[in-house]
Amino acid sequence: MNKILLVARREFLTRVQKKTFLLSTIGLPLIIFGLYAMMIYFSVKSTDNFKVAVSDNARLFNGKVDDKKSTEIIFEFVQDDTAALKSKLDKGIYDAYLYVPAGFNAGSGKDSLQIRSGKAVGLLTREKIQSRISKSLEDKRLMALNISQTQIDSIKNEKDYIRFSSTSGETQKGSKVGISYAVGMISGFLIYIILFVYGTMVMRGVMEEKVSRIAEVIVSSVKPFQLMMGKILGIGSVGLLQFIIWIVLVFGLQIVLPAIFPEMAGQQQAMPVGPGAGAAAVQQSGAMATLMSGLQDINFPLIIGCFVFYFLGGYFLYSSLFAAVGSAVNEDPQDAQSLLLPIMMPVIFALVIMTKAVNDPNSSLAVFGSLFPLTSPIVMMARIAHGIPDGVSTIQLIISMLLLIGGFLGTTWLAGKIYRTGILMYGKKVTWKEMWKWAFRKS
Amino acid sequence: MSNILELRNLRKHYATQKAVDDVSFSIEQGSIFGLLGPNGAGKTTLLRMITGIFYPDSGDIYFDGKEFNPADDIIKIGYMPEERGLYKKMKIGEQALYLAQLKGLDRSEAMQKVKTWFKRMEMESWWNKKVEDLSKGMSQKLQFVTTVLHEPKLIILDEPFSGLDPVNANLIKDEIFGLAQRGSTVIFSTHRMEQVEEICNHIILMNLGKKILDGTVNDVKQQFKENKFSIKVQGAAAGIADSPAFEVDSRKDNNLIVKIREGYKSNDVLQHFLQSGATIEAFNEVLPSLNEIFINLVEGSKAVTRAFSETPVN
Repeated sequence: MNKILLVARREFLTRVQKKTFLLSTIGLPLIIFGLYAMMIYFSVKSTDNFKVAVSDNARLFNGKVDDKKSTEIIFEFVQDDTAALKSKLDKGIYDAYLYVPAGFNAGSGKDSLQIRSGKAVGLLTREKIQSRISKSLEDKRLMALNISQTQIDSIKNEKDYIRFSSTSGETQKGSKVGISYAVGMISGFLIYIILFVYGTMVMRGVMEEKVSRIAEVIVSSVKPFQLMMGKILGIGSVGLLQFIIWIVLVFGLQIVLPAIFPEMAGQQQAMPVGPGAGAAAVQQSGAMATLMSGLQDINFPLIIGCFVFYFLGGYFLYSSLFAAVGSAVNEDPQDAQSLLLPIMMPVIFALVIMTKAVNDPNSSLAVFGSLFPLTSPIVMMARIAHGIPDGVSTIQLIISMLLLIGGFLGTTWLAGKIYRTGILMYGKKVTWKEMWKWAFRKS
Repeated sequence: MSNILELRNLRKHYATQKAVDDVSFSIEQGSIFGLLGPNGAGKTTLLRMITGIFYPDSGDIYFDGKEFNPADDIIKIGYMPEERGLYKKMKIGEQALYLAQLKGLDRSEAMQKVKTWFKRMEMESWWNKKVEDLSKGMSQKLQFVTTVLHEPKLIILDEPFSGLDPVNANLIKDEIFGLAQRGSTVIFSTHRMEQVEEICNHIILMNLGKKILDGTVNDVKQQFKENKFSIKVQGAAAGIADSPAFEVDSRKDNNLIVKIREGYKSNDVLQHFLQSGATIEAFNEVLPSLNEIFINLVEGSKAVTRAFSETPVN
């Protein structure tokens, strides 16, 4: 045991002390976050406002398009004819104009509104103009039918009257299902990436020991199994440390980001309380509220607990297999590719099942995938995100965990036997058939 | 003197071959022991069993008077395998420390031993360097130090001089003698016979997994001597022909090698020369070199073809 820890300590320290560790652990997420922050910053703070002159000769808009106080797109009502509008456009007073001819009938299906601009209009701006005008027209036409604003709102919210509930009587909020989907997808993907990244790290470590010919030197003082377990534990703790740093970073950035970009936070807060906030603003803040309440419905302690369990379980299960492959490979890293295929297959298979399981956590495929130890670390995360008992029953969760522990003991035992033979074998190219023989022959 | 190591009927069979087939021998404490044999003779498998890497299929190993128990005895053994290396990216001091700790020394003890050995081998300035910065000779030296650092009772060196220049080889040779004098036993596996003659007291020759020779270097030579003598005479040796006592094996300038016929002694040869009036300058027994004995014993034993039978034939 002591020797396993010695090996693990070396594996951990040599990796953590490298400059690349700092770079990949702190630098990379910071760069990604920085890019996102910049993207958000620029999209929120677009200083160029786009002025549209509206010459409304059919009295379609009654002097205003909507109640939005946007600085991005400004509609200005004028009384000019097309020639005057065109000359103002050329002078750069307006960026575009909309000329509504007298007698324009929106309901006829023949007439159309033409927005003319001097230069090409960006896709986003174009969409925003389009949606604001069409929404305004829609509301005004409905109002023309003597329907009140509240009636319009209630018609539009028709889908809110349709609710899903489970037989246990608990109502399922749509927002919760959506968030469960996202959480399941993200955590499943994370485990998939972790399995590959740290699995290959273990494999490379084993190959390094074999190629540098230190394996036999070490094995004369440590049992091969101890060496393998030490390596797996050491690299596993590197992964865990990295994971912890990332969580701290995420929470840290959540506090720091609004301080750097006060506009963002300010806008989010100002929206619902703004005087005379229109229906759109209300709807947006409503979506925000349901999102927040959806997040509150997610059982995060359960998910994080399960994530750590399946991360460790999956890592131990697969890393020992990766170690076995590493031990069988000779100088040529290309050999590893063909030997890796049988290990990659269940992982990729699991990913496919996972994408199905987030939609339908109780399908028989999802149940199988979440119990079978080679796929359960990825698939179970998709089910667990839907909570207990909606996504997975407690008994299934316990069975899955036990099977994973059993599977991990099994693969470690098998891999240990392959590893013991492989690490001292030089020169010969090894096939899966031979590795199979090593694993099952009597010692 | 007591035996540090005793092997009794050791066997290890692989799927297609008998790597070690019923080998027994014992090694005295403090001796330098040569384990010889052609490629594929089973030396490495034998050494791996002695170091606890492999378990024998049958037979017993007694280490220091007790049955060998890898978990406890490993600290008393230092093994430098033929396939050896070090972590290239790890600092040398840390690496030596790590390997010593793996042997079972605690950290402070390991630190102290590493420091004394580094000082002794003039390697102190290497501490913060990496192995990849070392030349081959330097890293070989480091490898040797990490093997013997914990001053084990039994040191096993598989081809310790391969790739070393004569200066570094001598340095390590001197250390081996020094360790033996301080009571360590050295097992020395090689196929470089001239080194064996120079260093070893006792040798074993293995072929096809079996022990085919066992004894002190001198005994072995006596056992395989062919009653040859070298005679140096004044003047050319060309005129000397066979006689009833000997036949001429070869001649070069004024040197003559003769083989004594059965029933005669060396004195009979001398007498013949004295009677013929030749002036004898030197008269020596010619003992076969280990190299000759080795080649004689191994040749024709299919040792070469065996290397191919390792691949399983299905």
